[in-house]
Amino acid sequence: MAIIARTGNEAMAEAMRQINPDVVAAYPITPATEVVMIFASFVADGLVSTEYIPVESEHSAMSACVGASAAGGRVMTATSSQGLALMYEILPIASALRLPIIISEVNRALSGPINIHCDHSDTMAARDFGWIQIFSEDAQEAYDNVLQCLKIAEKVKLPAMATTDGFIISHCMSKIETLEDDEVKKFVGEYSPTLPLLDIKEPKTFGLLDLQDYYFEHKMPVVEAMKEAKKVILEVGKEFGEKYGREYGFFEKYRLDDAEVAIVALGSTAGTAKVVVDDLRDKGVKAGLLKLRVFRPFPAEELAEVLAPLKAVAIMDRSDSYNTQGGPLYTEIRSALFDLAKKPKLINYIYGLGGRDIGLEEINSIYTDLASAEKLAAVNYLGVRE
Amino acid sequence: MPNKFEIEKNIDIAWCPGCGNFPILKILKEALFELNLDPKDTVIVSGIGQAAKIPQYINANFFNGLHGRALPPATAIKAVNPALTVIAESGDGDMYGEGGNHFIHTIRRNPNITNIVHNNMVYGLTKGQASPTTEKGFVSPVQVNGVILEPFNPIAVAISLGASFVARAFCGQAEQTKEIIKKAILHKGYALVDILQPCVSFNKINTYQWFSEHTYYIEDGYDPGDRVEAFRRAVEKEKLPLGIFYKDESKKTFEDQITLVDRDTNNIQKLHDIIEARKKVETHKPGPEAGAKQTPLFGD
Repeated sequence: MAIIARTGNEAMAEAMRQINPDVVAAYPITPATEVVMIFASFVADGLVSTEYIPVESEHSAMSACVGASAAGGRVMTATSSQGLALMYEILPIASALRLPIIISEVNRALSGPINIHCDHSDTMAARDFGWIQIFSEDAQEAYDNVLQCLKIAEKVKLPAMATTDGFIISHCMSKIETLEDDEVKKFVGEYSPTLPLLDIKEPKTFGLLDLQDYYFEHKMPVVEAMKEAKKVILEVGKEFGEKYGREYGFFEKYRLDDAEVAIVALGSTAGTAKVVVDDLRDKGVKAGLLKLRVFRPFPAEELAEVLAPLKAVAIMDRSDSYNTQGGPLYTEIRSALFDLAKKPKLINYIYGLGGRDIGLEEINSIYTDLASAEKLAAVNYLGVRE
Repeated sequence: MPNKFEIEKNIDIAWCPGCGNFPILKILKEALFELNLDPKDTVIVSGIGQAAKIPQYINANFFNGLHGRALPPATAIKAVNPALTVIAESGDGDMYGEGGNHFIHTIRRNPNITNIVHNNMVYGLTKGQASPTTEKGFVSPVQVNGVILEPFNPIAVAISLGASFVARAFCGQAEQTKEIIKKAILHKGYALVDILQPCVSFNKINTYQWFSEHTYYIEDGYDPGDRVEAFRRAVEKEKLPLGIFYKDESKKTFEDQITLVDRDTNNIQKLHDIIEARKKVETHKPGPEAGAKQTPLFGD
């Protein structure tokens, strides 16, 4: 184990170095560019044996990843926002072909208007493509999540993205603990693809036309693999904890067990909320936090169980669904709680779009609001000017 | 007379001191002014990149699109409002890399637009990675052992596709560049102006001095109608030719061949009248006149 100072991008690149994938194909995009720039230097310095392919667009990057993964390689890339959006066409192909490709994804607002700062609109728009999605609170989790994503993805044969928050995590330096190279090697193991293309004795076909006759059946394995992923995510998170002291589940409960009011948040906002919770606890307010880590697969039953005893819960969405009934996290949680006989009052806060800062004061105001939750509108846009 | 394309208030320009984009900005504003164009009838369309910021610093209409996608909206803007002067302007990464497919097919379509490409042979906005026009061997933060790909030759590609106007300029030579841009704008059909431009922060090879030493102007008496000779010049490597390589004035434009528009709309005044009339209808709140008939933009 080493204790080092790393930004989120450096942490993700370091995890990629230790994984030593066969192929990385990528295209620069702010704020994820650094991940592949750092990784390229690892390639040049001979620290990894990866084939690094700079391409002409993210569409090409993900297409190259699909090709390399179908050929049996361990494959990774990094991107953000419009880059991820340009990959959207290929993302469901990766999951349908059961290719465990990993994206180090740095959350950034989608255009338009063009913006380079953090929100979750890019990742959320990719939520229905059959990819595992794991959010990170800080650089440490970014590092840990990249390693775990790879192991989970290869076990269930689904692609996965580990995400950080653009600039807030990607460019801020903090203390992280990394594993030794050998430990990572042991943890991720050797990759043995099931049906690689590069099997000259047994040729394979990928990506054929599949119409009314079998298309439906061929989507079902993705459904099943996602269910399986729920088990594997917990197993891998537990193993990581046992071996390296940092255990991970679907979510982290922070002073939640006896809480009356709580917020649910993804990513870096959860870190800020912890400070507010501590402060409120000192003042005698029974405030708690649920930091959701895994968005796909969605841990609905587990969340329902944990949130059920609360009086009021604020669901923090750093993106909108433009469906006129709340952000993606809110609608998922509302659905998860629907069958409960007794459930908390749920309030949705859509916040921080395009990198609008969220500080202690804003989060504190949400806890204050929750004291009289019955008076609040279901969906609120935090701090937006009229 | 003041140049109407100048933005009067002080603006904060987000380019490095010494960037080749500054002279291009100045040259373009002068060219537009000298052509007696009106900012309200001029549209600059860009994508993403350092060069793609240029419309923000010019007093004209502008449409800032996605990375690599300046040409499709520029083609469509021209098709719908043929009276407008449309310039699609961005960098080499945007136009030749991410937008490479659009570059090819826009040339085939031949809209009457001007395609200005700031070619500094590097990605500036994302801090120094190789672009499609970067020379082999160039070392960058992601091409750490040097670029191994052949550089994209936009001039040769454009000529081979039969682009109706193909030119190259160098931003260090303002007068010549301005004349080339003016001719490109006046040309009826798709016009490519590839402008060589140093990136003072991330390209330490292709500097002002390098471009001065590695370029020459195509001589007087050269026949821009000779496509084979144009192609021969386009693939010259020792010294890069500057000037108009190729011109074909016989080609019909895209908008001349589609029936989307009423030809009368080439009259700019009529277009403005129609747009003004439409604005009045659209800004009405529902009320007694809510059922007012919308003025058709291009006649019934």
